[in-house]
Amino acid sequence: MTNTLHRYGSAESFRDDYIIFAIPAKGLNDDDCIPKLKDFLRICAKHNPANIGNGNRSSLAPEKGLKPSAHWTRNKKPDWNKVIDEVGKSGTVSAVFAHENDAQACFDEVVKADFGLSVNMSTSVENAKRVAKACGVSRHSVEYALPFNDPHDHLPNSQVLELSTMCGHGMVSFNFAKKMLDMVREGRRTPEDAAATLVRFCPCGVYNPVRAKRLIEEACKEQR
Amino acid sequence: MKINQQKCVGCGNCVPVCPMGAIYVDQSTTRATINDDACVECGACFRGMSTENLNPTMVRTVRKVAKFLRFRFEPEPDVCPTSAFEMHDLEMPRLIRQIFSDPVVEHKSTGIKGRGTEEVKTNDVNPRVGAGEVGYTIEFGRPGVGVRFFEIQNMTRELARNGITFEKKNPITHLMTNTSTGDLREDILQEKILSAIVEIKTEITRVEEVLRIVHDVNDKIDTVTAVGISTRCDENGEDKILDPLLEELGFVHVRAKTNMGLGRVTNQIELKKIEEINI
Ligand code: SF4
Ligand code: SF4
Repeated sequence: MTNTLHRYGSAESFRDDYIIFAIPAKGLNDDDCIPKLKDFLRICAKHNPANIGNGNRSSLAPEKGLKPSAHWTRNKKPDWNKVIDEVGKSGTVSAVFAHENDAQACFDEVVKADFGLSVNMSTSVENAKRVAKACGVSRHSVEYALPFNDPHDHLPNSQVLELSTMCGHGMVSFNFAKKMLDMVREGRRTPEDAAATLVRFCPCGVYNPVRAKRLIEEACKEQR
Repeated sequence: MKINQQKCVGCGNCVPVCPMGAIYVDQSTTRATINDDACVECGACFRGMSTENLNPTMVRTVRKVAKFLRFRFEPEPDVCPTSAFEMHDLEMPRLIRQIFSDPVVEHKSTGIKGRGTEEVKTNDVNPRVGAGEVGYTIEFGRPGVGVRFFEIQNMTRELARNGITFEKKNPITHLMTNTSTGDLREDILQEKILSAIVEIKTEITRVEEVLRIVHDVNDKIDTVTAVGISTRCDENGEDKILDPLLEELGFVHVRAKTNMGLGRVTNQIELKKIEEINI
């Protein structure tokens, strides 16, 4: 499961956020699906993704047993191969793209590969419509995200919400998203470093560091 | 989740990491501590944080000297310097917190991870929501608030009272003692989780009513809800029913998960069954 439906933002704010994922249906097309899931990810990795994931691992994952020097030399390079190699069982695999042409080229190749697995796109309604049309595909079903119901005022400001909800499982806390925004505002981290730090908390690999970097840059310019 | 008090150096890095705000540095011990009632066993601290294996005594000494000199530490914000987090085996009812909150723990009742089912993501292979029908995923507690099962029960009872039936394979349905009343297991009612999804399906004519129920029940429970609402597109890939209805009802719906219709049955056993039916 990747839980990407309820990303917070306007339609326009998803201009650099296209998630494509493949999912086997239990008992119907999951026999021998692991090579197909790996091939799906290999195709994704060719088209300049912002991140890929296998549900258990993101291309930029937490690092255990770091040396003290890591504070100055932190790895920010995504590792596609680890994600692909570690697909071990039937489940959702995904890739996030920051550019529509990359998402479209990837989806086009996925259509041609004809894995027989369900493939979904999570982005704005209009983005997905355009990609489907360009690739000659008819949408089968659509699940719309309705706005959050928050009658007791639990939710933070939109900048924090946008950053936090990119991990649909809630592993990027509001407080941590706010901390990273504040660190950039105070000049203690670059937007790129902050985005890389946030990505590591999302174990599925659907967090979009390109969108995160842009959102942080915009938030720092427009103080609230 | 536990923090090893011998290892923790009270650096506070983990405090903002917790989605539930359950971690605090205890002023009397100067060690990080977890509020067990607030913790949902999601693993964001244990798994999400990177770690070093520094000697705690050495780190405490350096921190004391730096504090005295008013030096500001600038370590990586996602690192626990002494690997102080420890994940222990849990038993019911507390285990239910982990099952619904930790995304990499397998959900035993469904065989898939997470808090829901395949929903319409596999609707092209496993038809759940047909033409003229509407599927709903009512998610509680997310983003970032959490929910207790008794609050979810308020919703399931109200939905059941209105004659709405629940998706059989959904994990919350598995936890019901009575699906016609929406009652959940007594032993889990006070347990807190990061989020859970209730799945239902109705005719298109009931959309307004269902969304009104969700809204009204949410007013009475101290959490957030997020609804996903789905339908099958027509043969041209268009949704000419739900989209205009949501527009008419005034619901913003700019984001969606779109099933592109590339899936098909490929398991040999299932193909054989289909062949037999066709003969
Ligand atoms: S990050 Fe580790 S050492 Fe620092 S306060 Fe938390 S548990 Fe203690
Ligand atoms: S397991 Fe989750 S809720 Fe519990 S202390 Fe860790 S981050 Fe917080």
